[in-house]
Amino acid sequence: MRRFWKSGEPFVWLTGSALALCLLLVVGLVALILVNGLGFFWPADVLRATLVDGTVLTGIVREREAIPGKPGEFRIKLQVGNRDLYGADFQWVDEARIARRERPADVVVIERTEWGPLLGTIEALRDGDRVLAVRGAAGLAELARRLPEAARLRREIRALEKGDIGAINHAQEQARLALRRLDLRGITAGARVDAIQAELAALRARYAREEARLAELKRRQTARVVVAADGGKAKELPLAQVLRAWAPNAMGLAAKARHYAAGVWEFVADDPRESNTEGGVFPAIFGTVMMVVLMSLLVAPLGVLAAFYLREYARQGAFVSAVRIAVNNLAGVPSIVFGVFGVGFFIYTIGGSLDRLLFAEALPTPTFGTGGILWASLTLALLTVPVVIVATEEGLAAIPQGLREASLAVGATKLETTLRVVLPAVMPSVLTGLILAMARAAGEVAPLMITGVVKLAPSLPVDGFWPFVHLDRKFMHLGFQIYDVGFQSPNVDAARPMVFVTTLLLLLVVILLNLVAIGLRNRLRRTYATAAV
Amino acid sequence: MVGTVNVAGSLNPHADASGIMEAPMVEIEHLSLWYGAKRALRDVSMSVPKHRVTAYIGPSGCGKTTLLRCLNRMNDLVDGVRITGAIRIGGTDIYDPTLDVTELRQRVGMVFQKSNPFPKSVFENVAYGPRILGVRNRSDLEGIVERSLRAAALWDEVQDRLGDSALGLSGGQQQRLCIARAVAVEPDVLLMDEPCSALDPIATARIEELMLELKNSYTIVIVTHNMQQAARVSDYTGFLLLGELVEVGVTRELFTSPRDKRTEDYITGRFG
Repeated sequence: MRRFWKSGEPFVWLTGSALALCLLLVVGLVALILVNGLGFFWPADVLRATLVDGTVLTGIVREREAIPGKPGEFRIKLQVGNRDLYGADFQWVDEARIARRERPADVVVIERTEWGPLLGTIEALRDGDRVLAVRGAAGLAELARRLPEAARLRREIRALEKGDIGAINHAQEQARLALRRLDLRGITAGARVDAIQAELAALRARYAREEARLAELKRRQTARVVVAADGGKAKELPLAQVLRAWAPNAMGLAAKARHYAAGVWEFVADDPRESNTEGGVFPAIFGTVMMVVLMSLLVAPLGVLAAFYLREYARQGAFVSAVRIAVNNLAGVPSIVFGVFGVGFFIYTIGGSLDRLLFAEALPTPTFGTGGILWASLTLALLTVPVVIVATEEGLAAIPQGLREASLAVGATKLETTLRVVLPAVMPSVLTGLILAMARAAGEVAPLMITGVVKLAPSLPVDGFWPFVHLDRKFMHLGFQIYDVGFQSPNVDAARPMVFVTTLLLLLVVILLNLVAIGLRNRLRRTYATAAV
Repeated sequence: MVGTVNVAGSLNPHADASGIMEAPMVEIEHLSLWYGAKRALRDVSMSVPKHRVTAYIGPSGCGKTTLLRCLNRMNDLVDGVRITGAIRIGGTDIYDPTLDVTELRQRVGMVFQKSNPFPKSVFENVAYGPRILGVRNRSDLEGIVERSLRAAALWDEVQDRLGDSALGLSGGQQQRLCIARAVAVEPDVLLMDEPCSALDPIATARIEELMLELKNSYTIVIVTHNMQQAARVSDYTGFLLLGELVEVGVTRELFTSPRDKRTEDYITGRFG
């Protein structure tokens, strides 16, 4: 036994098991997310269950579990959809009560702009009183043929609303602010005011024209699909509201795979619908990436400069050690505290002052005096700066003194040495710090909730209006989206898969951002590898 | 802190003691140095003649590297250093508070014990000093790099890979690259701090050969652990012990007929 212990074998096993345990936990977590998330877009078969009492329930089986207290019996959770008709998206059914199970080929699932999925059979396709197609496969085919046109129209309406009408709104707001600016200087009449008033009148006329066009576009959509649902109710749905329609029981594997890919694309590229529980998360992806990039741009110079002073210039002693300990401990402060600081200092103090100095005409509506992507990024930069400082300092300590002396010995000043020799050599370490900082920042939610993240932002922080990048705007964030959809949503059952998919996406975004930074670091390492001799 | 002892301007006040009669490049007068409370150099006085190789030998910790690093004021970087006495290089007091240290270091180049090329290309390593001096023109730089690499007997080996990383060179090549980097700013004096201690015998032989060539253009001061090396390459040798310059003289004489008992003990291997 003693010899066995002395051989070191038990310690190898101990270390090995510790690693295995860590891996198991991580793999388990990722697997849980994958299993729950990836199935979300799959067009699963629809089950029509006839119960013993004669009720018919049509829906997608989402879960199956043992009934508590009744050993050997199971129940299934059916996603029956049709929330507008019957109120609930999901229904639990005891398997014992099911008399007959069918998978009818003519059941369609329709994804629409509101009220969640619609399940049933197509009765007819109508345009006004004219019948375009009747029930069954012919109806679905006609529907599929007409959907691209409906989608095109929807895009056109959206482009009009966001583009032309948005531009008019923007110009009106600018004109209003210009008037207010003049007003603040005591000018309420005169040529300049008249010019702006004339401009405003022209804008109002243009607005009326565009609105007429919009109404005309909306009127053009008259086709409707009539869907018969369980329980005898029928739903007449305008084609304009139909996003996708499919009959899962009649689809082959290839068709399902295509449908799956289209679903994933919609999720990544589209705007959210139905209080974020449906549609895509593109604004959240955009907000997350932009916030992390901004944060990196802010934290890198700040952290590097601070680390340079600590390691290269400050006289090493008790005070510097105390500063170092304080910086390290800053990483342990709860993130919400940073959030509160961000609100108090950045938003109210700095943002409020900026508003009074530069955006006085917009008051009392705050411009920078409210949460926004700049303040959120700054708050996170503050939160992650210890990581960058520590990594940079360690990098600086690892640079051989001989390298600095070599530079000094040919007559370089300390500044020249720092900029030309030390800084390039420490860059890989800086990026290591930045990678850790980015991973931390991308996953952080609490401080963002109070410094600029919102559930639904009307526009992205980058758009076509001058100055194109709007750092004062509020933004959406994947981490907050997970919290919001998972815990604040009115329809938690329907939203749950969304939570997993969003988590998966957040993981992917973090991994992607990290890979970019790692690639950059490896390139720098190849160029500036320090001597191992 | 830095006191200057003005000795009447004789060419070499220690000619009698050291036997060095040639025109001096570096004059060290009553130099003492403390690291905090610890005294590392005790009243060192000697002169280093122009275009000769002068070697310092002595056991570890005797202060020979410290003495060398006084000559380009590299000791300034160490906290808590105190120096008294004077050093004149080419007649200029280098501890004059008005003197520009970077200018001094351009005139007094240094090669270190561990080769320390920058993690840059071969070309950029040599061009580093000239760039600091403000040379921007590419063809000027190319000329300086080639001349310096030739002076360091490295040109033939690296002329095809000037753009490659200097860290890919062998240890001996790296050390010669460091010599090229030092001579690229055309110093008057070249300080070498055990330049061969990390090299194999063949690379060592090449550097020693190079020193004999370089002394035609530069005044070389070398610190070495290796007495044979001092005997092979140097014209003058100084022996230090516990911070004291025990004896200095023509190398051959110092090794064959040392005047001091301690020198004799050291070179015959009785200690150190």
